[in-house]
Amino acid sequence: MTIEQSTIKQTTMAAAFIATLKRDLLISFKKKNDVVNPFMFFVIVVSLFPIGISPDSDRLSEIAAGVIWISVLLASMLSMDNLYRSDYEDGSLEQLLLSPHPLFFMVLAKNLSHWLVSGLPVVLISPLLAYMLNLPQAAYFTLICSLLIGTPIMSLVGSIAVALTVGLGSRGLILAVITLPMSVPVLIFGTLSVQASLNNTSPAGYLALMLAMLAVAVSLAPLASATALRISVN
Amino acid sequence: MSSAISESLRDEPNSQAMLSAQNLFCERDERVLFSELNFALDKGQVLQVQGSNGSGKTTLMRILCGLNDSYEGSIYWHGEKIERQTESFFASLLYIGHRAGVSKVLTPIENLRWSCSLKQQIDDEQILSALAEVGLRGFEESPCYTLSAGQQQRVSLARLLASPAQLWVLDEPFTTLDRTGVALLEKMLQTQAASGGAVLVTTHHKLDIPALNILSLG
Repeated sequence: MTIEQSTIKQTTMAAAFIATLKRDLLISFKKKNDVVNPFMFFVIVVSLFPIGISPDSDRLSEIAAGVIWISVLLASMLSMDNLYRSDYEDGSLEQLLLSPHPLFFMVLAKNLSHWLVSGLPVVLISPLLAYMLNLPQAAYFTLICSLLIGTPIMSLVGSIAVALTVGLGSRGLILAVITLPMSVPVLIFGTLSVQASLNNTSPAGYLALMLAMLAVAVSLAPLASATALRISVN
Repeated sequence: MSSAISESLRDEPNSQAMLSAQNLFCERDERVLFSELNFALDKGQVLQVQGSNGSGKTTLMRILCGLNDSYEGSIYWHGEKIERQTESFFASLLYIGHRAGVSKVLTPIENLRWSCSLKQQIDDEQILSALAEVGLRGFEESPCYTLSAGQQQRVSLARLLASPAQLWVLDEPFTTLDRTGVALLEKMLQTQAASGGAVLVTTHHKLDIPALNILSLG
């Protein structure tokens, strides 16, 4: 058998995207710790607030949106670390970088899988925690919408910081130092949108701004992550 | 534009070679690893890179794959600079580094399904026969953390069999292999060369291959 360029049946970009997505989901499924820990962290942090501040339902309903949003942010920080680290350590990352397909989409696949296992569960459980914090009913829908838009932004932005630091031996707080400031706009508009529904005004403007942020993050963050990964592996 | 390229090709002595390098220079921590390094690798050839520890073998391999860009000089793939055609270069390249590229929580078959499908369409039968050929029959469904280091290395060698890549770049592929594994890999290198592919390999092991060329560093 001789090797001819024509005999190579190259994968399409979509097939490589799906293969990467499937692999990452499979790894998450097998390493349940990585998935369950941030989720449990989120639930526990939110449940601590009524104990620490006051079980008074009026006071809780005032802070509910902020508490949930900050806890989501912290939980997402906790889950970011395993986005590229194990791939870097076992050499899979090099294989990913040497794929003939644009790294942009491979990174996007990894980010999507990360959001599906870390962001989505948090969004799904949030109504229950909002109920616990006595969030007025009018704001539930806005809260879920804002989290649904905000969590993928956090995954995408966090991915840049993880990609930048993946080659460092001990990174400690550096991940938080890079990621948290970049996540502040999401936090601001997320809580503002919930406040708007509480005040019976329309949250649409804030949500639209968040959607715009998501659009920017989807189109630019994987580009930055891909470049950062190339630098880290160099 | 085409005239400019053909002009540069005429100056380029090894334009017909599959992979060639001109005046490669690499420095790390103010220590020159290699300078004015020239070589050409044609199809049907196996090039063994030799050198003492720390002479820059791995760095050279990573530079040639495009994983490391801290070098000066030019690298050509079929007579054209690799930066201009990374997509087709990556499609015909298979790199196995010190780290095997095998995820420990996945099984061999799951690992190969992903790493092969980054480059080409592949079905499970091809993967299973490649795994059987490297002696992992019966281990297809065991998670890789239950396998030994040599067996994990065999998983990544199965990629070589499952893929039709023209160029293999192997960095110390013999390290964890047992005697039968070494013989198997040597046979694979020969088959690759005989079928019109090319191999670039670093090892301290004495290779018993007819089409062998040696490049010494340091």
